[in-house]
Amino acid sequence: MAVAAITPDYTGERLDRMENFNGNQVVYLGWDHHLMFCAPVAFAVQPDTLFSKVLDELIPGAFSQHPEFDRVDWGAVQWHLNGEAFTPQADVALIDQGVDHKSILRFNTPGLDGIAGTGS
Amino acid sequence: MSTRKLSLKDKYRILTRDLEWEYSYRDYREIFKQEAFEGIKITDWSKWEDPFRLTMDAYWKYQAEKEKKLYAIFDAFAQNNGQQNVTDARYVNAIKLFLTGVSPLEYQAYNGFAHVGRQFGGVGARVACQMQSLDELRHVQTQIHAMSHYNKFFDGFQDFTHMHDRVWYLSVPKSFFDDARSAGPFEFMVAIGFSFEYVLTNLLFVPFMSGAAYNGDMATVTFGFSAQSDEARHMTLGLEIIKFLLEQHPDNVPVVQRWINKWLWRGTRVLTLVAMMMDYMLPNKVMSWKESFEVYFEEAASALFKDLARYGIEMPRYAETAILEKEHVSHQAWSIFYNYTHAAAFHTWMPDDKEMDWLSEKYPDTFDKYYRARFEHWRELERAGERYYNPTLPMLCQTCQIPMGFTEMDNPTLTAYRQSVYQGERYNFCSDGCKDIFDHEPEKYVQAWLPVHQIFQGNCGGPDIEDVLGDYYRINLGVDNMDFHGSPDEARWNAWHNLQPAEDKLKQAS
Repeated sequence: MAVAAITPDYTGERLDRMENFNGNQVVYLGWDHHLMFCAPVAFAVQPDTLFSKVLDELIPGAFSQHPEFDRVDWGAVQWHLNGEAFTPQADVALIDQGVDHKSILRFNTPGLDGIAGTGS
Repeated sequence: MSTRKLSLKDKYRILTRDLEWEYSYRDYREIFKQEAFEGIKITDWSKWEDPFRLTMDAYWKYQAEKEKKLYAIFDAFAQNNGQQNVTDARYVNAIKLFLTGVSPLEYQAYNGFAHVGRQFGGVGARVACQMQSLDELRHVQTQIHAMSHYNKFFDGFQDFTHMHDRVWYLSVPKSFFDDARSAGPFEFMVAIGFSFEYVLTNLLFVPFMSGAAYNGDMATVTFGFSAQSDEARHMTLGLEIIKFLLEQHPDNVPVVQRWINKWLWRGTRVLTLVAMMMDYMLPNKVMSWKESFEVYFEEAASALFKDLARYGIEMPRYAETAILEKEHVSHQAWSIFYNYTHAAAFHTWMPDDKEMDWLSEKYPDTFDKYYRARFEHWRELERAGERYYNPTLPMLCQTCQIPMGFTEMDNPTLTAYRQSVYQGERYNFCSDGCKDIFDHEPEKYVQAWLPVHQIFQGNCGGPDIEDVLGDYYRINLGVDNMDFHGSPDEARWNAWHNLQPAEDKLKQAS
C-alpha cells in the first residue's frame, strides 16, 4: 500500500516528472561547508548541457560571492553525485554522465573551510 | 404543562449523546465510510469520554463574553495608536509571519475538524470535533481583526490569504495542514488534535503570545488570552483521542505510533519558523528557542510518553534528532530568510552587537562556533552597501518543503541530504524523518506542489523572478520585501519617533 486511501489502488499525479519542465531537467548544486549559501541551489537546465557550463556559468552564478570562491582549486575539488564519489567530464553532457532529473551534485573544496573556518 | 429546568447533567446528555440515533435503514459502514480504511479498529464508541463537558448554549455564552472583552481591547488599542507602542518596527515582522503563516492554519483546522466531526461513528467524538471546529473559526477571525490594525501602518499584511496559497515559505505550513486534512479522520486527529494541539501547541503559542507581551503588542496578547481557554479544551480532546484509540484495540498501537513519529517530526519542522521568530525577530527576547524547546518539548514530552508507555507507545522516533537540532535550527532558518528576503513578504536584518552577544550566551556550544562569523560577514557586506541576497532558487525538501538548510548533527556544517528513488524518479529530503514519511506513502508526496519546481515549470508566471514575486505572489516589491534597514516600515517608524535611521547608526558603530 503506497498510501492509505479510500480509493483502492490510488495513485498520485507526479507533479515533478521531467516532461513538465519544458525540455529541462532539475539539477541541484551544493558547496559543502559553505553555509553562507543557506541551502543547495536548484537549476533547470537541458539534459544535454555540458558539464563545462556547470563549471563556467552555474557555479559562479550561484557561489562567486563567497570570499573563498576565487581560491578554489578546481583540479582538487571532490565531487559527489547523488551521494556517490564522482569524476565529472567537462565536455560530456550531464545526462550522458549520469546527472539525471533531480540529481544532486555536491562539491567539496579541501583546505577551504568557509568564513573564518566556521563552515559558513 | 409544567416547565422543568433541566439539571446540568440532563442538559449535557440531551445536547450531546442524545443527538445520536439508530441507523435502521442504512448500513453503518455506508454512513461512516471513512472509519475503517486507515487500519484503526473501534470496538465500542460508548467508551469515548467527552473531553469538553460543555453544551452548545453554555459555549455561546462563554464565547460571547470573551468576545466582548476582546473587541473592547482592540478598540482601545486602535484609539491609543497602539502600533506606535511596540518595542520597535522590526517586531511587527513576527506578526506578519503569524498572519500569513499561522492564521490560515486556524482556518484549515476549522475545515479539518468540521470534516472529521462528520466522519466518526461515535457521537461524543463528533460533537467534540464540531465544537473545536467553531473555536478554530473564531480564532482565525479574531486574529485577522487583531492584526488588521497593523495593516493600516505597516507593509506586508495586505494579501495574506493569497500569499498563504502561493508564496514559497508559506507552502511549509500550508502543505503541513493539507497533508493532515487529506489523511483519514483518525490520522487527522493524531496529527492535529494530539501532536499539534497537545504536544506542540505551547511551542507555537507561548512564544508568539509572550513575544507580544514582551514587545508591547497588546492586541496580540489579548487574542492569545482569549484563545487560551479554548486551547486548554483542545488539549483534552487531543489526549482523549490518543487514549481512546490505544484502549480500543492493540492493533491500533503500531498505527498510532507511526502517526506520532510522523506528525511530531512534521510539527517540529514547521516550528522552525517559530524558532527563528523567537531568537531573531523579537527586539525584547522572551527566552531562547533552545530553552523553550527544553521546557515545552523535552520535559513535557518525556513525562507524557512515560505515561503512554503503558499502552506500548514509545518516544517519537525522531525526537533525538529534534533535540540535537534545537542548537541550530533558528540560526539556519534565519540564514534562509536572510538569503531570500528579496522573495519574502516581511523584512529580515542582521542582529546588532548586543543581540549577537545574547545569542552567544544562549547558545554557548554553537553560535560562536558556527554562525557568528557568517553573520558578521553579512553585516560587513551590508555596511559596505552590498547587502547579500542569494541570486538563485533553493533546493527544497519533498516532504516538509523547507529549503534544505538543515545539517548533519554529527557534522553541523554539512548539509543533510537524503534521497529515495520511487518508480524511476528521484525525490530529495532534508532528514531521515522526511524521507521515511515519503517512503511510507509515496503516492501522497509525489504530488507535492514544490514552489521552486512550479516556478521552473512556468506555473507561477514569469518569465523573470520579479514577475513571479510581484504578480503571482503579490509582494509589493521594494516595499514588503528586502532588508528592514532602508524599508518604508523603518522610515515610518523613525518619523513617528524622531529617530535616526538604523543605517546611520550602523555606520557610526563601524
